[in-house]
Amino acid sequence: MNGRRLAGDFQVVVRSYVRNPVALFFSLIFPIILIALFGAILGGNGSVSTPLAVENLDHNSPASQAFLAALNNTSLVQITMVNYSAQNFGVALGNNGYTTGLIIPQGFQANYTNRTPVDVFLYTNPEDASDAGIAESAVQGVVTAFNLHAACSTCSPILGITSRNVGSQVYKEIDYLIPGLIGFTILTSPMFSMVDVAASYRKDGIFRELSLTPLTKAEWLTSRILWYVLLTFISAGIMIGAGIVLFNAHVQVNAGILPFLFAGPFLFVSLGMLAGTVAKTPESAALIGNIITFPMMFLSGTFFAVSLFPSWLQPIAHVLPLYYVIDGMNQVMLFSNATRALTDLVIVMAIALVFFGLAVRFFTWRDE
Amino acid sequence: MRQAIEVHGLVKEYPGLMAVDHIDFTVAAGSVFAFLGPNGAGKTTTTEILEGLRRRTEGEVRVLDLDPWKDGYALHRKIGVIPQDFRFFEKITPREGIQYYGALFGTHPDPADLLRRVALEDKADSRYDTLSGGQKQKMGLALSLTNDPQICFLDEPTTGLDPHARRAIWEVIRGLRAEGRTVFLTTHYLEEAELLADRVAIIHHGRIIAAGTPTEIIRTRGRPERLLIEAPASLADYLRTNAGVSAEAHDGRVEVPLGTKGDALRVLNAVATSGIPWEGFTTTQDTLEDVFVRLVGQMDEGTLKSEGHA
Repeated sequence: MNGRRLAGDFQVVVRSYVRNPVALFFSLIFPIILIALFGAILGGNGSVSTPLAVENLDHNSPASQAFLAALNNTSLVQITMVNYSAQNFGVALGNNGYTTGLIIPQGFQANYTNRTPVDVFLYTNPEDASDAGIAESAVQGVVTAFNLHAACSTCSPILGITSRNVGSQVYKEIDYLIPGLIGFTILTSPMFSMVDVAASYRKDGIFRELSLTPLTKAEWLTSRILWYVLLTFISAGIMIGAGIVLFNAHVQVNAGILPFLFAGPFLFVSLGMLAGTVAKTPESAALIGNIITFPMMFLSGTFFAVSLFPSWLQPIAHVLPLYYVIDGMNQVMLFSNATRALTDLVIVMAIALVFFGLAVRFFTWRDE
Repeated sequence: MRQAIEVHGLVKEYPGLMAVDHIDFTVAAGSVFAFLGPNGAGKTTTTEILEGLRRRTEGEVRVLDLDPWKDGYALHRKIGVIPQDFRFFEKITPREGIQYYGALFGTHPDPADLLRRVALEDKADSRYDTLSGGQKQKMGLALSLTNDPQICFLDEPTTGLDPHARRAIWEVIRGLRAEGRTVFLTTHYLEEAELLADRVAIIHHGRIIAAGTPTEIIRTRGRPERLLIEAPASLADYLRTNAGVSAEAHDGRVEVPLGTKGDALRVLNAVATSGIPWEGFTTTQDTLEDVFVRLVGQMDEGTLKSEGHA
């Protein structure tokens, strides 16, 4: 590997790319559009009702049923009945992605009937002021209505609210989307570009011209990998920044993500080159690129968690390289699971090295 | 004289096709060698074998004392190649392209100097996709010189160019020769070969059918010099009968082959005494193109025996 040749080729790649407005748009602007689009759809800011997890410990007594019916009628919250451990209710909410929750305590009916003060327990995430405010308004409104219904001149309010915080880090859809969308750009940007480059450079004779220089196939491929690594760093930074600024995303940004931003482009530039080597024309290259890319795009947890897939589909996701890139970034950015992230990284690097070796071996500057 | 290229018994065979059929030729160092032939004759295949881009089936090939296929990596540092219809990265300028090739070859070319040599200095900072066809070829030529090559392989460098651009490329080729470089030129334009080449080889159906200097080929394979007289066909009959020459009439002219310059005077005397009115006369000789067309036609008809060595 010759440094001057590598640097020279890298410079040509960068110049070719930055002078191409379409390529720049899809690399730098498109990720912002993706985040904005999916964030607006799934980020929660525009929703008309806030998801509210409710645990009814009063065993569906008439009073508790009436309370929940009144809550539902506010249309401010979308009630989902859950059955978590009351002691770890806040933690369970966080682990299951809820930002708000409510416990109706045991004895709610008896206390309300006997005019004995009783509190419902409202759990909110202080960092998510929007959902917290909506949930508090809804619950407070129903509590006030119940108190008014039972009001007398001498008695004090029966129902009250005890506020508690959701006990662990809570993730919203946008938080899951950020690693997924970074994975999306890691996959699509080099794959579509490399299969096209491989076929069109062969057709135009540019590979033939390069074959008459001392540039090696490994150097040529490496300079592309370096460029897409750099591009991935930039686009990942843009997406994380946009997610945080626009949608108040909660992701951990630390050095643990960097190996995936390197290994991902390394893998997909090599795979793209390998696919482009098989293709004989730019048209067939596009087809092969699509055949490889589209299933991976939708089955690797890019837009939806793999755990939500039907059970028969999940094993398929586990054989797709992008799954390990996205899962690794999820472990780093969301779950702080270093062991699993490291396992994912080893898998990604191993696949990348195999694809790189195959691409260098089978990629030819020219056809005989 | 030292040979830059030596080819002996070169064969390139594809399934069902003998692309190059036992050809021999040498190219002297510092000369311009033109390799001519119609489309599909075997020019590009031979050229690519010499460049180390294509493996030969059999035969001996030495380029700068290297085997192009086995020693391709070393050879490519010593040769410059401009392919037919040169293509490059669309968004890169000629200046950047030269710097790029300099980085690849480990040389430090002066872009301004190279671009001046190919008359492209005014487009030094224009992107490739904005250059005209001729300017692109000039850029390719400049790039092929970045490693200070001993041999330049130019594959139809002027095809599709306007006359002005073509002449500019010719000047570059003359300059290369003046610098002592060997030029291996493949071209469709016979006039170009005749003007630029020290030696020429004509290939057809994979075989060399004529080789030598343009003058030698015209002298040995062309028709003799001819006298053309603008006169009616009756003059041809008169000359055949009275001057003992093989005159032929066509298109309002009478054509008389000349064995020697003295024949011209004898024929003109006979014309003067014939009393047949005539308008004027001129002499003509085969060009390389005439010879090329005739040889290729003869080979297609099966009436030509190919030459063995160029």
